[in-house]
Amino acid sequence: MRAASRQNEIHIEQLNKSYTQASASAGGLHYIIQDVNLAVKGGEFFVLLGPSGCGKSTLLSLIAGFVSKTSGQVRVGEKEVERPGQDRAVVFQQADSSLFPWLTVRENVEFGLRMKRMPAEKRKEISGEFIELVGLAGHESKYPRELSGGMKQRVQLARVLSNDPSILLMDEPFGALDAMTRRTMQRELVRIWQDTDKTVIFVTHDIQEALLLGGRIGIMSAGPSSKITDIYEVPLAYPRDLSDPAFHALHNQIQSHFDE
Amino acid sequence: MSNHLKKWSLHILLWMVGLGVWHLLSLAYGPEILPGPVYTAKGGYELLTDGTLIQYIGISSYRVLLGWTFGSLLAIPVGIMIGKVGPIRAFAEPFLNFIRFIPPIAFITLFLVWFGIGETSKIMLILYATFFIVVLNTLTGVLSVEEDKIRSARSMGASEWQIVLHVVIPATVPFMFTGIRLAMGTSFMAIIGAEMIASNEGVGYLIWNSRLFFRTDWIFVGLICLGLMGFLTDRAVGLLGRKLLSRYGVVSANSLRR
Repeated sequence: MRAASRQNEIHIEQLNKSYTQASASAGGLHYIIQDVNLAVKGGEFFVLLGPSGCGKSTLLSLIAGFVSKTSGQVRVGEKEVERPGQDRAVVFQQADSSLFPWLTVRENVEFGLRMKRMPAEKRKEISGEFIELVGLAGHESKYPRELSGGMKQRVQLARVLSNDPSILLMDEPFGALDAMTRRTMQRELVRIWQDTDKTVIFVTHDIQEALLLGGRIGIMSAGPSSKITDIYEVPLAYPRDLSDPAFHALHNQIQSHFDE
Repeated sequence: MSNHLKKWSLHILLWMVGLGVWHLLSLAYGPEILPGPVYTAKGGYELLTDGTLIQYIGISSYRVLLGWTFGSLLAIPVGIMIGKVGPIRAFAEPFLNFIRFIPPIAFITLFLVWFGIGETSKIMLILYATFFIVVLNTLTGVLSVEEDKIRSARSMGASEWQIVLHVVIPATVPFMFTGIRLAMGTSFMAIIGAEMIASNEGVGYLIWNSRLFFRTDWIFVGLICLGLMGFLTDRAVGLLGRKLLSRYGVVSANSLRR
């Protein structure tokens, strides 16, 4: 089902991101991430797991093209990432700061299409399809402020999917949700990913979430100068079973990375 | 519903008490020093019947509305430009922070010299009073647009121009609106000053000119008119904002006053 395509592969080689400390006492160059190497296959669900402040989001921003790298390479397909592009969609942690509160659900979902000056009829068709996919049918004319946290994240998801990106970059999108909603959203995301065949890079600091979602899990060390230290294959079938002993074993194994 | 009734009866009661206190004080000090409500009403009736009051209110409102409208229209694009273009901001910000401490009325003589004794100088003064407030508020709005909104628009393929048009401007609307509303208050202050110094008509002129005849009751009429004009325009602007701009988050407009 998941035909590996070169267009949605991601290659990261010797990637560095540093900033110069202004105060002389701290002295010189500080790396947020250092020597990151990673190859993500087309259609893969890859989870970046690490403690808060380890530079996971920075790595995601580098792939998105929001910030410029210090050195190294980030390639999507054959192309070097230099700026944001429609091939890489970003789902932000805070729906409130990324959704447009003056637009309805439908208008939010149609935003990218409207920027491309797609005719209204066609827009409506596409937005309808993705609103349906994320389970928001019937809420099209509501404003974001009228929605719950989980629904807002669904809007974000529909909004980026309607632009048909080949890669989804997700920055702890369920971090602010309550446990129940979170579980539902995780299941839904897996379903949508399986339906749409995108490459997903999902950032989280929650081991359980990583194991529920990821095909592979990259462990990032605590910053500064953080890097991807280990990569775990998760050989479990979807939907993942929390009570599966194999799930537990992996959980403990990954946990041991963060215990010292 | 009964809550509504309670609120209104409380309002009316408070006004009655206010009028009562005013009346008692006027009795204590005499009508020359403090004209009471009855005296003021008589003076107001006098001015109303000979047509001067309506004419003065009209001319003052006309000056304010014209200067305020043009000031706001001019200020919004300027505020967006200063907010969006770094080099312009670096140049404009110190200048803005310098000039915003100069009250409009301080410019009146210069404006008379520059724009003549006629209507232009007064309208320009209001325009000036409005302009900087709206620029500063718009600028603040532009600077506080969340980076996530701009980034998500950019990664959905919006051009820089589309981002300004479809993200920055709508996100800044509540700030523009606050600026426009605050500017209305400053405009009233400026016009009264201007009319006192350099005009032969208008509410400011009425208040200032009444001293020659020692008609303190006319001064009270002028003051009450000012309060009413300000109150009504503010209400109208607030209502218009809530009706037309509610999708942009201009719902708490009332909180400005409460």
